[in-house]
Amino acid sequence: MSELLIENLSMRFELPNGGAVQALKNVSLELKSGELLSVLGPSGCGKTTLLNIVAGFLAPTEGQVVLNGAPVTGPAPERGMVFQQGALFEWMSVRKNVSFGPDMKGVPKVESARTVDRLLDIVGLQDFKEKMVYELSGGMQQRVALARCLANEPDVILMDEPLGALDALTREKMQSLVLDLWKETGKTIILITHSVEEALLLGERLVVMAPRPGRIHKEYRLPFADLGVGNDLREVKKHPDYATTREQILSMIWEMEEEIMGRTEDES
Amino acid sequence: MTGFLVLAVYIALFAASLLIVNWVTRSFFNKSDYTALKTVTFGDESAVRANRVASVLSVLAILALWIAFTNSTLPFPQAKGPYDGQFSFTYTSTLEDGRRDDAEVVVLVHKEDLQLSRDEEGKPLRLPSKPEVEAGDGFARNDSLIIPRYGSKIISVFGNDEFKRGDGAKVTHLNGQAVDPGDRLELEQGVLSLTPKGGVFFEPATGFRMARLYLPAPEVTTNRFLELNADGYRNFTLLEHTWASLQRVLFGFFFGALLGIPLGYAMGLTNWARGWFDPIVEFMRPVPPLALIPLMIIWFGIGEESKVILLFLAALWIMAIAARAGVSGVAIAKVHAAYSLGASKSQILRKVIIPNSLPEIFTGARVAMGVCWGTVVAAELVAAEKGLGMMIMVASKFQLTDIVIVGIILIGIIGFLIDVVIRSLEMWLVPWKGKV
Repeated sequence: MSELLIENLSMRFELPNGGAVQALKNVSLELKSGELLSVLGPSGCGKTTLLNIVAGFLAPTEGQVVLNGAPVTGPAPERGMVFQQGALFEWMSVRKNVSFGPDMKGVPKVESARTVDRLLDIVGLQDFKEKMVYELSGGMQQRVALARCLANEPDVILMDEPLGALDALTREKMQSLVLDLWKETGKTIILITHSVEEALLLGERLVVMAPRPGRIHKEYRLPFADLGVGNDLREVKKHPDYATTREQILSMIWEMEEEIMGRTEDES
Repeated sequence: MTGFLVLAVYIALFAASLLIVNWVTRSFFNKSDYTALKTVTFGDESAVRANRVASVLSVLAILALWIAFTNSTLPFPQAKGPYDGQFSFTYTSTLEDGRRDDAEVVVLVHKEDLQLSRDEEGKPLRLPSKPEVEAGDGFARNDSLIIPRYGSKIISVFGNDEFKRGDGAKVTHLNGQAVDPGDRLELEQGVLSLTPKGGVFFEPATGFRMARLYLPAPEVTTNRFLELNADGYRNFTLLEHTWASLQRVLFGFFFGALLGIPLGYAMGLTNWARGWFDPIVEFMRPVPPLALIPLMIIWFGIGEESKVILLFLAALWIMAIAARAGVSGVAIAKVHAAYSLGASKSQILRKVIIPNSLPEIFTGARVAMGVCWGTVVAAELVAAEKGLGMMIMVASKFQLTDIVIVGIILIGIIGFLIDVVIRSLEMWLVPWKGKV
């Protein structure tokens, strides 16, 4: 089945002032079909760069991304994206937004209408089908973004801090929704986040990245995502391993942050 | 002088209406919507809403000032007007040997715009004739003269006298008061003075109202508007003049947008177009269209062509820059999302970039229409056989200030209507503006 290989990615680009940034160095990952990977790291660790390379928006200086045996050369519908915010088309209704992918491919109206109905039912927005997206709340907009991405039947879904701009309560609800969608659709998902809790709850696998150069620092395999499917996420947080893993990762990130701070102070 | 008085009255009207309206609103109306309940309004821009009563009063205040400071016949309080009527004063001619004699001068001050006014039968009024006076006795003889309001005259009092200036006669008294050359005598009817050379000079009192030449009264202007509307001006009706100007603007703007918007998109989408057109656009942008009028006339003559091309050039750069800004304003996430959903380049352009740039395009269109409307009037000042600009220019040459004012008011109203039309189009086509 679909398999995503991230092979030895390095990304180095020159700055206008003559310097150079090593955004990623030798990043390798292998994702099986249906795996849910969350990527965590301090700012500047290259996690968004990594996602942009997988999506095909950036070309790596070394290495390659291979999906189903074909190397990635640019954006394509088999790799769907969900962005933090502002990626919906304000000039279209909820229905038109969701059917954007099928419409671009020229899927017959009847068929795409059925897909839209099904997905809006799943994300709970059937009543808002004809609303314009700017009339919806932030959480609803992200539900539309999820549905729009799913409508295209991608093999891999790439999420760039999709819940980052939501308030805490909405965020919790959306985390459950992401887990449910993951189980229901069986898609491979890569989720970038800066929230340790979110990474723990949603990551079947969790990768912690370290900055300068951006690289994989530590990888975990966690039980929480499976526990969370269809359950109350607050119950999952009471799991004995949850708190210890969280503390472990938090202190790891703190150390990295302090190291960066120390290094900047030395330089100045 | 009059200017300061007008300003003072205007400020007084502003303050008085503010106090009165606030008092009335507070005593009789109690609003309790959310904004009305805000206690902090000074500094909170969202709490500042245009007071529509103030807007209406503002227009009424202008009208009131217009009536008060012109020679209007409308029943409304007015500033002190200019003197008109007949009066007389005496002068004393003194000879070198000390003999003196008094004589009377009858002065008739008539309305300055008599010939522009019409009687009941529709005929222009005539200037009155000089009042007839008897010569009187003594060597100084009585005189009479007519003088328009706002005018002034040196009175040749010696003209019919037995002894003239050459015979050593001098004016030593005016109305029985001893005067030296350079002295002024303020009368209710105006100022009498002795010029340094010894002549008698009379200037009727002007009051605080403006002469018709400077500012015609509201009813005069309104009547002129009705007359223009019925009879037209210079072979064309008022509607034709207005349409001529509007048509030039619409054509110029249409072609400017037709070329400017794709140009802006190209500049926003490709390196080469950005580099190629940048110097041209950045160079032409600060050049005021008016500066191009002479060149347009040299190149394309004084006909319609040169005007439409001028307006085309005025709109072109504005629309190109607006479209370019619209493209750069697209959130990269939207473009990335569309590519990830399988859109092709042309689909990205049609479904993402064009709709996303609409708010900027509309802002540009409002600016461009404003500039075009201002430019067309100026372009018509130079040479045109119809158009509102031509109308006010030609009228000003004949000192027909009322037509000039009618033209200015029409230009203002139409400019405002154009803006209203574009804004409502924008509300209809870009409902998401400001809500994202």
